[in-house]
Amino acid sequence: MKNVIQLIAVVASAVTVLPGADLVIQNAKILTVTKGSLDGSVRISNGKIADVGQKLMIPAGARVVEAAGKYLMPGIVDCHSHIAADSINEGSVSVSSMVGIEDVLNPEDVDIYRALAGGVTTANILHGSANSIGGKCAVIKLRWGKNVGAMLFEGARPGIKFALGENPKRRGAAPSPGAAALRYPATRMGVEDVIREAFTDARRYQADWKEYESKKSRGERMLPPRRDLKLEPLAEVLEGKRFVHAHCYRADEILMLLRLADEFGFKIRTLQHVLEGYKVTNEIVAHGAGASTFSDWWSYKVEAYDAIPFNATLMHKRGVLVSLNSDSAELMRHLNQEAAKTIKYGGLSEDEALAMVTINPAKQLAIDSRVGSIEAGKDADLVLFDQHPLSNYSKVEKVFVDGELLFDREHDERERVRTQLRKKALEEKQRKTVTSRRPA
Amino acid sequence: MKHARMALLFLFAAGAVLAEAPKVLAVRNARIVTASGPAIERGTVVVRGGLIEAVGASVAIPPDAWVIEGAGLTVYPGFTDALSTWGIPKPADGGVARRPAPVARGPEDRPSNTSWVAAQELVHPQDKTIERARNAGFTSAVVFPTTGLFAGQGAWLNMAGEKTGQMLVASPVGQYLSVRTQGFTSFPGSLMGAFAYIRQVYLDADHYRAAKEMHEKNPRGMRRPEYDRALEGVLQSPRALLPAATKVELERMVRFGAELKRPVVLYGGHDAARAMGTIQASAFAVLVSLQWPERAKDANPDIEDSLRTLELREAAPGAPAALAKAGVKFAFYSGGVEKPADVRAAVKKAIDAGLSREEAVKALTAYPAEIYGVADRVGTIEPGKIANLTVVDGDWFQEKAKVRMVIVDGVKYEPVPEAEEKEK
Repeated sequence: MKNVIQLIAVVASAVTVLPGADLVIQNAKILTVTKGSLDGSVRISNGKIADVGQKLMIPAGARVVEAAGKYLMPGIVDCHSHIAADSINEGSVSVSSMVGIEDVLNPEDVDIYRALAGGVTTANILHGSANSIGGKCAVIKLRWGKNVGAMLFEGARPGIKFALGENPKRRGAAPSPGAAALRYPATRMGVEDVIREAFTDARRYQADWKEYESKKSRGERMLPPRRDLKLEPLAEVLEGKRFVHAHCYRADEILMLLRLADEFGFKIRTLQHVLEGYKVTNEIVAHGAGASTFSDWWSYKVEAYDAIPFNATLMHKRGVLVSLNSDSAELMRHLNQEAAKTIKYGGLSEDEALAMVTINPAKQLAIDSRVGSIEAGKDADLVLFDQHPLSNYSKVEKVFVDGELLFDREHDERERVRTQLRKKALEEKQRKTVTSRRPA
Repeated sequence: MKHARMALLFLFAAGAVLAEAPKVLAVRNARIVTASGPAIERGTVVVRGGLIEAVGASVAIPPDAWVIEGAGLTVYPGFTDALSTWGIPKPADGGVARRPAPVARGPEDRPSNTSWVAAQELVHPQDKTIERARNAGFTSAVVFPTTGLFAGQGAWLNMAGEKTGQMLVASPVGQYLSVRTQGFTSFPGSLMGAFAYIRQVYLDADHYRAAKEMHEKNPRGMRRPEYDRALEGVLQSPRALLPAATKVELERMVRFGAELKRPVVLYGGHDAARAMGTIQASAFAVLVSLQWPERAKDANPDIEDSLRTLELREAAPGAPAALAKAGVKFAFYSGGVEKPADVRAAVKKAIDAGLSREEAVKALTAYPAEIYGVADRVGTIEPGKIANLTVVDGDWFQEKAKVRMVIVDGVKYEPVPEAEEKEK
């Protein structure tokens, strides 16, 4: 099975719609998410949504996708993913802000194609949670078949991962009785201390540069400060140029972080997981943080015991900007179903439910002017489902990124056999090569 | 005729040992592949004092020359392994018992960094890999320390000499970098940590240089910069060698290499055909490993290779042809291939996949010299260059071609039958 999927992946990169010509997806049930639903058409021009309406003129030369009875929704945005990267955790240090996902993006990771097949078109790729302050994140478009540089979501504000609780303090404990601990911290208090110290250093670093700039402007001879790749991203956080995405579980640690950020004068952009967020919604709203959580995943470790499936809806109803994320290459393939759970747990409307995996995460990443809903002027990142995406019987049929058809179920199914044959042929050939060159 | 040659062989072999080699040599009536222009179908090369004195179709043989009858032989510029560890003795225990490194807590601890170590300090002129290299037709190797993230500085070494000093042609020619990390408890413990670390060290090196220059200009009133051997090594290296074999690695390293603001050479190169646009735009040279990817002999038959892996194995030998076609400078390196027959077989695979023989020869001779900035002294058969020649019976690319002799720094060596090779 695994191999079959890998095969599909390779073949599918060949599927493209000619650029230049307009594309019209017609007679679909269009779920715009922000502007209600309608039966109609979407015209795509130069990778953007040019027009949305019940009756659209089809320009001469345009290609048409007939979508009668099918559902078109905006590409899903996953605010927390670890696919498409060749390493995730720099676990050796408690502050690993010098590392970044962008350096290790792998556009050939087959999980990209699998996520695409689940309707995801944009993802926030985060560093792991082994450190109080982790590495830099990368917001990517799932442009399957393109190269490293083309993956990055142009203009997206950079982010950084923080982590609280069990994961970052785990390595502070001695691995065996009598052995030395691998590193500090070992407690939640220690995690707070690490973050506080790092930002104290970052302030000093900012001051050093300020002093240098002012002396330089006065014409004084002075060596510029050493550039410190660990402190630079933290200075950017202090200056509001970099978003903080903080992994957290318990209410107490959430409050700790919000207060610490207030003290240093920066914002937490999103609380990630935030399974006890429902206990501290007022404080989250007051700080202005978003929340990106799981639908109904719980109890997989002690700090997840108090999770409830109503978390997303309770936070949403109190005014928190909430998204549902995957944090998993598997879950990433059916985020539409995760969204549907907010209807069962908390009675959200269909639009509110879909927003949890489209416009809300787009807002959290400040890319909502480009993606997250079907509106004229936005990127043509669209998913065509055979049934309503909130039904767990629905299947993704086509996925467009920037107007380019990057997943097509029919094409995929057709190509599987051919790819399988190609693989068998190569296997046999290479087995022979080895045997003939080096007789046993 | 044959007797004359045998006699010469005896004399020269003795000469090499006693360092009393004839000062003047001439190979006549041979086919000469100069790598600097068209091949000379029947010509003469004159070697004097370790340098090429003359080459051409109608070159007069000096009266004091020892003459080698070259009919049926082809003379190439000395083959060069463009990234090698030849001459560096392997640790007896295979490196297993290496001292555990202290735990590093960040780039400032300079983990896995021996950037100041120069290859010529590690080479033993008597190491058996040197003779083995000559037997395979190689007169030179660009030898690097290869342990660590900043492994050290490479040197262009001739594959003969009693002392390392005699072998050395140029040093340092570059810094060998890798992104291999060990474990995750010490920094850097991940691939992205390795990138961040290398980036920080290069930034630090530039800052260090600026501080030193400022201090040198006017030491009064300025605290002296703290000596940092890791940064010294980086600053001494004229180019950075970065690992990149797959398409993703190549694209990634081109992006990263551009950041370093230094000459960069990529090594690996197997997937170059798929990343060609990016490589071309970068203008970085590529060293292609002759260790073509293939299914391991002892591979578990139950484990299926991914299609990507299968495709790369299929495509790799085509990389040199693709690079040549795209006009990207490239050279071959042994990459762990050790047996002489295997080196030629590996080059042959690239030719079967579309590389011209002329380009193949250049990728072993002129191109490495150009890539490392020593083309003014080695790499082609031209007057004034170092007399490194590889002399082959017939054509090196023929199935049963034999290396007849190599001339290193003007001294002739003939391959000795390798008993120990046979039993392998």
